[in-house]
Amino acid sequence: MSTWEVLRFAVRGLTANKMRSALTMLGILIGVGAVIMLVAVGNGSSEQIKNNISRLGANSLTVMKSTSGGGGGGGGGFGGFGGGTRSRQQSNGPRTQAHDLTVDDAKALVDPVNAPSVKSASPVTTSSSVTTTYEGTSHSISQFVGTFPAYFAAANKEIARGAAFTDDDVTSSRKVLVIGQTVAEDLFGTVDPLNKQVNVGGTPFTVVGVLKESGSSGMQDADDVAIGPLTAVQQNITGFGSLSSIVVEAKNSKVTDQAQSEVTDVLNQRHEISGSNSADFQILNQASLQSAVSASSRTFTVLLGAVAAISLLVGGIGITNIMLVTVTERTREIGIRKAIGAPKGAILGQFIAEATVLSLIGGVLGVLVGVVGSLFKVVGVQPVIVPSSIALALGVSVAIGLFFGSYPANRAAKLRPIEALRHE
Amino acid sequence: MTPGPMVLDVRAVTKVYGQGDTAVHALRGVSLQVERGDYVAIMGASGSGKSTLMNILGCLDVPSGGRYLLDGTDVGALDERRLSILRNRKIGFIFQSFNLIPRMSALANVELPLAYGGVKAPERRRRAQAALSQVGLGDRMDHEPNELSGGQQQRVAVARALVTAPALLLADEPTGNLDTRSTADVLGILDQLSLSGRTIVLITHEDEVAARAKRVIRLVDGGIIEDRRLRRAGQTGVAGPPPVAVPLAEGAR
Repeated sequence: MSTWEVLRFAVRGLTANKMRSALTMLGILIGVGAVIMLVAVGNGSSEQIKNNISRLGANSLTVMKSTSGGGGGGGGGFGGFGGGTRSRQQSNGPRTQAHDLTVDDAKALVDPVNAPSVKSASPVTTSSSVTTTYEGTSHSISQFVGTFPAYFAAANKEIARGAAFTDDDVTSSRKVLVIGQTVAEDLFGTVDPLNKQVNVGGTPFTVVGVLKESGSSGMQDADDVAIGPLTAVQQNITGFGSLSSIVVEAKNSKVTDQAQSEVTDVLNQRHEISGSNSADFQILNQASLQSAVSASSRTFTVLLGAVAAISLLVGGIGITNIMLVTVTERTREIGIRKAIGAPKGAILGQFIAEATVLSLIGGVLGVLVGVVGSLFKVVGVQPVIVPSSIALALGVSVAIGLFFGSYPANRAAKLRPIEALRHE
Repeated sequence: MTPGPMVLDVRAVTKVYGQGDTAVHALRGVSLQVERGDYVAIMGASGSGKSTLMNILGCLDVPSGGRYLLDGTDVGALDERRLSILRNRKIGFIFQSFNLIPRMSALANVELPLAYGGVKAPERRRRAQAALSQVGLGDRMDHEPNELSGGQQQRVAVARALVTAPALLLADEPTGNLDTRSTADVLGILDQLSLSGRTIVLITHEDEVAARAKRVIRLVDGGIIEDRRLRRAGQTGVAGPPPVAVPLAEGAR
């Protein structure tokens, strides 16, 4: 009895009852498909979140003033993530005097000696819900940022049209503005916004550039933004109070942690913080934010996979069930086969092969369904297939066939021919 | 006919079903020897133990006591794996209810014992085709059992039984489910097989069927009460050599 022969018998056995075989396969198909799909969705959403974060600037650190009430919520360009990140120098001790973040702080951070890992530091002042009008059209910009030109690189804001403002614009506090896509569309529609004047709280600003679309990050529309020179924004909108934050760009992604400690040291010194005093600022690190988020999304993926694995298990039990029915139904046939000299191994092989072929075909179809299904967006997430999940799901489905098929097959092989033949 | 080695050698075989008070003695010490080339009919009313004997002869069941040698092999000493090899090589079964495997063509059904015996596909096909032609079904090879008449199905079963060239053909009421014409067909084939030297043991309760055999054994209540050689009427009477009729247990009547 060759393997080929056993397989042929198995296929013949399966085709004898097509409907039943198809339904059993469907169980495995759904299980395997679900594992692949759900893992892909989990993976996809984690990738999406990672992209969103790196869009905010993968090498950047954000220094914010720490209020005595505890770590401040999301500031700067951080949307909904600010609250969930690791922040050093938590303010949990008594403090004599809290210093504000100043432009001088920012300038002091660009220091090749004390902070060699820092590439740039941009002071940022922000104002939210700033009403802007253009020829009667009004739009409330959710984030109005005043900063230095280095901010564009640090926060990963790319210019689609026009140009960013320059250092010169900052020093002479020119009223120029770079706007996000949402602002451009709302205010100008189809009109080219470049070199047009908009009215921001009574002050005319000239649009010099439009940012590339970056998509929504978290709950906030990252394109609903306007960026102007720090001086001009302070003069006309936010006032000359303390800065909202300082965005620091590290030289590269490997030295962000190093940059973080350098920034901490420099600011500790400048703010006269030592030993028992807790710091009056906190630093958000994009890299640690990213790892925190990817760790939580991995948990999410595992959870989804586990749910899918249960459906695979149910499919496997379906195989046992149907194989038991098949063995009972074909008891007489088994008896005949034994009477004409089928060895135990051949009977065992035939039924295990039937179960395995069922689960293998179901598994392959499930992979197909999973892969095809992953091409479509699921609740706004573009699934990204994890290749190992395909191998795993397929392997598990075959193992399920072997495992769940072996019990009924054993029962068939153990039948005594005389009793099997008497079976009606 | 030269008396060859014994194909069947049954010595004081007993079979008991159940235990204690409810025990049923299906066979009470049956001894029986069948030579190569013999054609034996075992007769008996239902309950006489003939089916039990048939199952033991076919290695489908094991006796409760006594010894059974098939073609020189002591069956009692064999494990399951060797028993299946023995069934495959030495015995060809013909059942009352045909027992073909549904949804498999006649050819595939006949090939099956060869497949289990490990014969290669082309050789298998050749032998199965030869066997089917021998029973007159050369033109029905691709038909499935449900497309064949009862007589044709039983001829396929006969082909399946003889395709492995077994030492013993065991037929359990082979004509029990057949009409007169098909019965004649199947019995004709068995006659031919007997003429060509096959050893046949046939179980029946019909006298007409038993009359075709060379030797008739009668079972009553699990014991042999009659064992006699028949003078074959008609077929071998004129053309063949004078039949060697040696009544073994005459006078039982």
